Amino acid sequence: MANHEIRVTVNGIERAAHVESRTLLVHLIRETFRLTGTHIGCDTTHCGACTVLLDGRPVKSCTVLAVQADGKEVMTVEGLERDGKLHPVQEGFHEEHGLQCGYCTPGMMMTAVALLERNPNPTEEEIRHAISGNLCRCTGYVNIVKAIQYAAAKRSEETAVPSGGTA
Amino acid sequence: MIPPRFDHVAPTTLEEALAVLGQHGDDAKVLSGGQSLIPLLKLRLAAPAVLVDINRIPGLDRLEEADGVLRIGALVRESALESADLVRRRYPILMDTAHVIADPLVRNMATVCGNLAHGDPANDHPATMLALEAEVVARSAAGERVIPVTQFFTGVFATALRPDEILTEIRVPAPAPRSGGAYLKLERKVGDFATAAVAAQVTLAEDGTVVRAGVGLTNVGPTPIKALQTEAFLAGKPLDDATTREAGRLAAEEARPTADRRGSVEYKRDLVRVFTMRALRRARDRAEGRAATAPAERAYATAGGR
Repeated sequence: MANHEIRVTVNGIERAAHVESRTLLVHLIRETFRLTGTHIGCDTTHCGACTVLLDGRPVKSCTVLAVQADGKEVMTVEGLERDGKLHPVQEGFHEEHGLQCGYCTPGMMMTAVALLERNPNPTEEEIRHAISGNLCRCTGYVNIVKAIQYAAAKRSEETAVPSGGTA
Repeated sequence: MIPPRFDHVAPTTLEEALAVLGQHGDDAKVLSGGQSLIPLLKLRLAAPAVLVDINRIPGLDRLEEADGVLRIGALVRESALESADLVRRRYPILMDTAHVIADPLVRNMATVCGNLAHGDPANDHPATMLALEAEVVARSAAGERVIPVTQFFTGVFATALRPDEILTEIRVPAPAPRSGGAYLKLERKVGDFATAAVAAQVTLAEDGTVVRAGVGLTNVGPTPIKALQTEAFLAGKPLDDATTREAGRLAAEEARPTADRRGSVEYKRDLVRVFTMRALRRARDRAEGRAATAPAERAYATAGGR
């Protein structure tokens, strides 16, 4: 089949789309769903600007077919903010100035979100390893690492159970 | 870049997938992780009429050791191999290898079996599987063949797989006691193919001499290379400095690199020499339980040292 009717849950909302076999996931996201926060950078699986979460795992959406996302959950940068409140990773990039031009930022943040889900307290080395498939040509990564560390601290603060006096 | 038009079918049983593949033969390609195939489609270096997407076939993602064999199913992702406790404990060479393939995002999609089936001499698992003397299972509608990895790579981007076959499983013999392995790769940057890389797997006797050694070389020839003379030299020897030095020299001779933007012939041979020594030492230390099984560090250091 050259054409497909697919259903994809995007940022929590199920959406239907008509795609060709050859349609790439990044084009479905940007052009059909009009979610242009996901960027196309190199278009050759190198840079990670197009990173989205597919069933919770960060992937390069320029190297996944849209039809492969049929029945799956996709999360993009637009799905991070909740009720007007920034995700801790977004807040971290804001507070620590984890960007300059901003082109890599959506992909970088999606990778960071997935990292912190899996490993809430990563070491600097683990952070640098996790983002090694996301290229930034501005920052030298220093503030990006700080931003993710900020987000990790913020997250653990938010999820900490108030002390009840027991050890 | 947009791929050329093709039909996409996503069967939910292996039988169905094999039937479609049998029907279309050379006009069809198997889509597993897609991290090599989709770039080829986008660059229009490949234009199959049909993609047989095997991702919706249950059971192909099995990764398990039983009866002395580690089985890696067609849908085991590199990230799954890299993070499996079984692999960390028993097959550190596989963890080393997965850890330096492309980047973490690509590894969330890319499959171990696809890394072999693609037939690219620059891919990393082939050398490791040659060192481990693994086998692959090729299924077609007509039945099943088991192919030793030593007979699998037949040329540049060419393998022993027939157009109607799917590589459904890799079988790695479970390591004997006092075995260890390591994979060392030099890459210009994260995600690049190897300038050169070396896989070494050894089994030692009680006295520390080599019972069996496997050595595989990445991206220094038209196919992945099993360094047979190096392996034969190592058998029966203690893995001391003199032995590893001579093994490095032999492996460098067995390499058949060509000059390209990653380096000259001489440079690549010397990388093979140094990495063979280092990989053997790490393999020995792991076999003796003296080295941590954390992945070998990315080999950014220059090859000048010993």
